[in-house]
Amino acid sequence: MKHLLGIENLNKDQIMNILETAVHFNELNQRLIKKAPTLKGRTIINFFAEPSTRTRTSFEVAEKRLSADTYNIAVSGSAIQKGETLADTVLNLQAMGPDALVIRHSVSGIPQLLADIMDCSIINAGDGFREHPTQALLDAYTIWQKLGGFEGLKVALIGDIYHSRVARSNIYLLTKMGAHVSIAGPGTMIPKEVEKMGVTVEKLPKYAIQDADVVMMLRVQNERASNLLYPDVREYSRYFMLTPELLKLAKKDALVMHPGPANRGVEIDDVVMDGEQSVILQQVSNGVNVRMAVLYLLLGGSDK
Amino acid sequence: MKIVLKNGTVVNPAVKSTEKTSVVIEDGIVTAITKDPDLTDAKVINAEKLFVAPGFIDMHVHFRDPGFEYKEDIFSGLEAAAAGGFTAVCTMPNTNPAADNVETVRYMLERAGKANGVKLYPVAAATKGLKGESLAPIGELAEGGAVAISDDGRPIQNTDLLKRVMEYASTFDMMYVSHSEDLYLAENAQMNEGYYSTVYGMTGNPVVGEASQIARDCMMAEYLKLPIHIAHVSAALSVDILRFFKNRGAQITAETAPHYLTLTDQALGSFDTNTKINPPLRSEADRQAVIEALKDGTIDAIATDHAPHHKREKEVEFNSAPCGIVGLETAIPLTMKLYHNKTLTIERIVELFTAGYKIMKRQGGKIEVGAPADITVIDPDYQWIIDKNMFRSKSSNTPFHGFHVKGSVYMTIVDGKIVYSRDF
Repeated sequence: MKHLLGIENLNKDQIMNILETAVHFNELNQRLIKKAPTLKGRTIINFFAEPSTRTRTSFEVAEKRLSADTYNIAVSGSAIQKGETLADTVLNLQAMGPDALVIRHSVSGIPQLLADIMDCSIINAGDGFREHPTQALLDAYTIWQKLGGFEGLKVALIGDIYHSRVARSNIYLLTKMGAHVSIAGPGTMIPKEVEKMGVTVEKLPKYAIQDADVVMMLRVQNERASNLLYPDVREYSRYFMLTPELLKLAKKDALVMHPGPANRGVEIDDVVMDGEQSVILQQVSNGVNVRMAVLYLLLGGSDK
Repeated sequence: MKIVLKNGTVVNPAVKSTEKTSVVIEDGIVTAITKDPDLTDAKVINAEKLFVAPGFIDMHVHFRDPGFEYKEDIFSGLEAAAAGGFTAVCTMPNTNPAADNVETVRYMLERAGKANGVKLYPVAAATKGLKGESLAPIGELAEGGAVAISDDGRPIQNTDLLKRVMEYASTFDMMYVSHSEDLYLAENAQMNEGYYSTVYGMTGNPVVGEASQIARDCMMAEYLKLPIHIAHVSAALSVDILRFFKNRGAQITAETAPHYLTLTDQALGSFDTNTKINPPLRSEADRQAVIEALKDGTIDAIATDHAPHHKREKEVEFNSAPCGIVGLETAIPLTMKLYHNKTLTIERIVELFTAGYKIMKRQGGKIEVGAPADITVIDPDYQWIIDKNMFRSKSSNTPFHGFHVKGSVYMTIVDGKIVYSRDF
């Protein structure tokens, strides 16, 4: 494996290999000195063409703990706005001779385009609405850690599926691993023919959450109300917020997950967010473990 | 000069004839169609394995002249047309300035007059500045040489204005060519809405946006008892609506483009901006329905929607890339696939590539003694690989680079002059 462009093209074994590798880094990350020399002398560029705090920091922590030399490029908006074509941007990055490029971009497909042109490993840190593979891997790691497997699990995925790369990567991963995914959200947030991806489409969350082992909430972007996706926050929270009552429909001790940053009181109630079933902060910790595993598997081992 | 296209298969569907014979051309005119041509002083072209057809017309091209000559100018555009087997083209009005004034129309015709001879018929703007707000001077545009009107690329959303455009244009026997699309549904759209837009994570443009506006436009044509031509039909639902209104007797003609016969929205998975087209590439079921519509006559013509864009405009993030691909030089080989897989007869293909003459009320579409010698010669069995670097067009924005195809343009003749020849 040279690149991590998405979950779509991974198989079960590759996914399990990443999760199992992450276990070792989880152990390392419990120590006082959380550092391994694995990627000493290797150069990684974090190219974030879209605002991100959590994912960028998580990657940077993972890279530094593996002793790589890391460089962050943050651009607001696309380079095209400055008159540079994407091809030129790519060639400029290539000229810096990185071993890996971690890319976050608002346009779907950009990581694949980079992989086609550049020599280095490309790691997708989120592209458009398409995929966010390391998020799905860290979610999977968290589920695996807590529930011991995936086969036969019911995972409810609630909220804005349409605009969510997290949803798509999770759907690929969980269905590949044998879990059943039920999605729910306002009709404006359910993409067309999504059932062909192997999920069950429900309307209201109460149906999707019924007997679920995992309830995964997605972030609602407040600014999207203007795009006629939902009337207002009041109505959204009335029907789609995860409340303690709603959570009772799930299995006892079902996991509550959220990729963050969460809108408290919009898609998730404070009580649930801070409750015993919430593993939201563990997802963040696991993000570092999983990203270290991915970097190790793509770049570790040999020179090439 | 005298040219004899010797012993070819002359495909002449306008007179319901396909026969092995020779065509004699003298001083720009077809002077004989005979099995026993006089070869004296003639340039003889052995057409033994070739189809000899009336010159093809591409009734939907975008030449970027005036305004965007770096993408395509009238000279390069007409060269591309010749290389693609077209002896005539209809140019869309979205130039800069737009063809909403007679000076621009005259400029286009004057430039075309100095080019290779391929005939250029300007389609002028329906509304001033293509803004969809007020009527363009359609009378004067017609007088200046425009053959039809259209706001192609900027469809008229205001139905009352559409009605007035058609009513007013009818005074001058000018037909409205409709790019039928609901712009609200198309906002931010990158591709067809469906399974693949979900998987590729792109905003979709649903079939409804095209079909609903085709329905509106057909209703208006029927109500006003006026002709309308529907451009670049891409979807099954659109085809059903066309069929419905045609069966009711409305004066409707329609075209589709070779890319809708060849690719589907699955192709967007390459994230190649040369798959970004408007209307977007649709589903496999849509592709099949459009092909079926070519067979049963619901769709009358194949036009390319030739839309050149500079490399640097396409080599950007997908969302920033303009829509459109060049089509003139790939139309015949792509369409010949339907001949080889026995979906369309050569007669039907010739009809589809010559229907534009009748629709646009131009002379052409028939090989006949005494008529101007506009001829397209096709080599049906020639196998080759499409190479965008060989295009005559200034632009090379095509998703078909590297495609293995069977069938090519062998020669293009306009008014008895060879404007393109593959082998010499």
